[in-house]
Amino acid sequence: MIWSWIPANADRILALTVEHLRLALIPVVAGLLLSVPLGWLANRYRVARAVLVPAAGMLYTIPSLTLFVVLPGILGTRILSEINIIVALTIYTVALLVRSVADALAAVPGLVVAAATAMGYRPARRFLDIELPLAIPVLVAGLRVATVSSISLVSVGALIGVGGLGEFFTEGFQLQFPTEIITGIGMIVLLALAGDAVLLLIGRVLTPWNRAGGAR
Amino acid sequence: MNIVGDVIAWFADPSHWSGSTGVPARLLDHLGYTVQALLIAAVIAVPLGSVIGHTRRGGFLVVGSANGLRALPELGLLTLLVGFTGLGILPLTITMVVLAVPPLLAGTYAGVRNADPAVVDAARGMGMREREVLTKVELPIAVPLIVGGLRTATLQVIATATIGAYIGLSGLGRFLIDGLARNDYTEMAAGAVLVAALALVVEGLLGGLQRLIVSPGLRRAQARLRAPRQAPVFAGGTAS
Repeated sequence: MIWSWIPANADRILALTVEHLRLALIPVVAGLLLSVPLGWLANRYRVARAVLVPAAGMLYTIPSLTLFVVLPGILGTRILSEINIIVALTIYTVALLVRSVADALAAVPGLVVAAATAMGYRPARRFLDIELPLAIPVLVAGLRVATVSSISLVSVGALIGVGGLGEFFTEGFQLQFPTEIITGIGMIVLLALAGDAVLLLIGRVLTPWNRAGGAR
Repeated sequence: MNIVGDVIAWFADPSHWSGSTGVPARLLDHLGYTVQALLIAAVIAVPLGSVIGHTRRGGFLVVGSANGLRALPELGLLTLLVGFTGLGILPLTITMVVLAVPPLLAGTYAGVRNADPAVVDAARGMGMREREVLTKVELPIAVPLIVGGLRTATLQVIATATIGAYIGLSGLGRFLIDGLARNDYTEMAAGAVLVAALALVVEGLLGGLQRLIVSPGLRRAQARLRAPRQAPVFAGGTAS
């Protein structure tokens, strides 16, 4: 480990970190936005669940490098386009979250929903104001897993030339320079831990009633 | 689209099915790397998870390793290890074992730990030693969850074995990496189809296995638990 390499390359580390976060976090946000309506469908209609949940499981089974490599042919993008990585990781996020959302919505107590209906909530408002907030803890748990895996998986993209901090792995391998690889691993683990902590915090802030409930 | 035809033509070409660079040889290599890593991981994780689940000490280790290792980029670990061990199967195997241990550990731990306390107490009451309680009662009960852990581990390992091609190893990843290097999209797509198919088939088989291998004693217990649900039919019969 040559420590002086890190300050000497601070600019590049920063630039790749920004690229890495862009590649990892856009899919998490897009995946979340897509999986809420899909999860709602899966929870509401049995047929939708019978299709969506196994399909999500199958998509999650496909190794990431495979998706990265195949997507240009399907999307018509260039192989070096960031879109391939973003779409692939969005697919993984949706695959992970659809089930979380469906399970979280199913776990909302029926009496609470009935009470909201009795208070005059219409279905759309009831979903946004009552059911979705109550689903937050399970949703955040799923989102934390999705975020951490997304941050880690971006680096595999380095094999096809777009991998954020993963570039340090392929370059460090070719130059036989471990310092670069260790820096990449360290940064990725730090980003993942930070992302995890931020989501944990957001989850706490969004569910004040869980703390007000007192010691359990 | 033309690419579908190209890929079908690729699969129809007999030269892609023979020799050390053919599909069967690389599939066998891929499976070989996978099975080897899973065996090593199981030898580490199952005893460790059993002891932690039985004694209920050190559970934080299981949770911590499962969460922490999700953040570890496998390509980084693999390329870093090459620096220490040189090229070859060793760095790939170590990487795969590191990734496979946490889910196996978590499955074994959860299975042993969640065994019904009444059943475990009954086993002790019958005079079983602690070792017997673990091997004859808790572990058989834990089998479905251990296989669940094995499923997760296997998927991770199959995906990682694909990346092994980057450090010059065989396996189905070769078609992806070579196709990429030669700008041969057909070969890449064919390789992708093979890897995805392998992952899906193995996942399906292990899912079936997980449902099948429930300890025979438990299967009877489950049947008894299910019985009351059928009871209303008979109840209705007697009431009328």
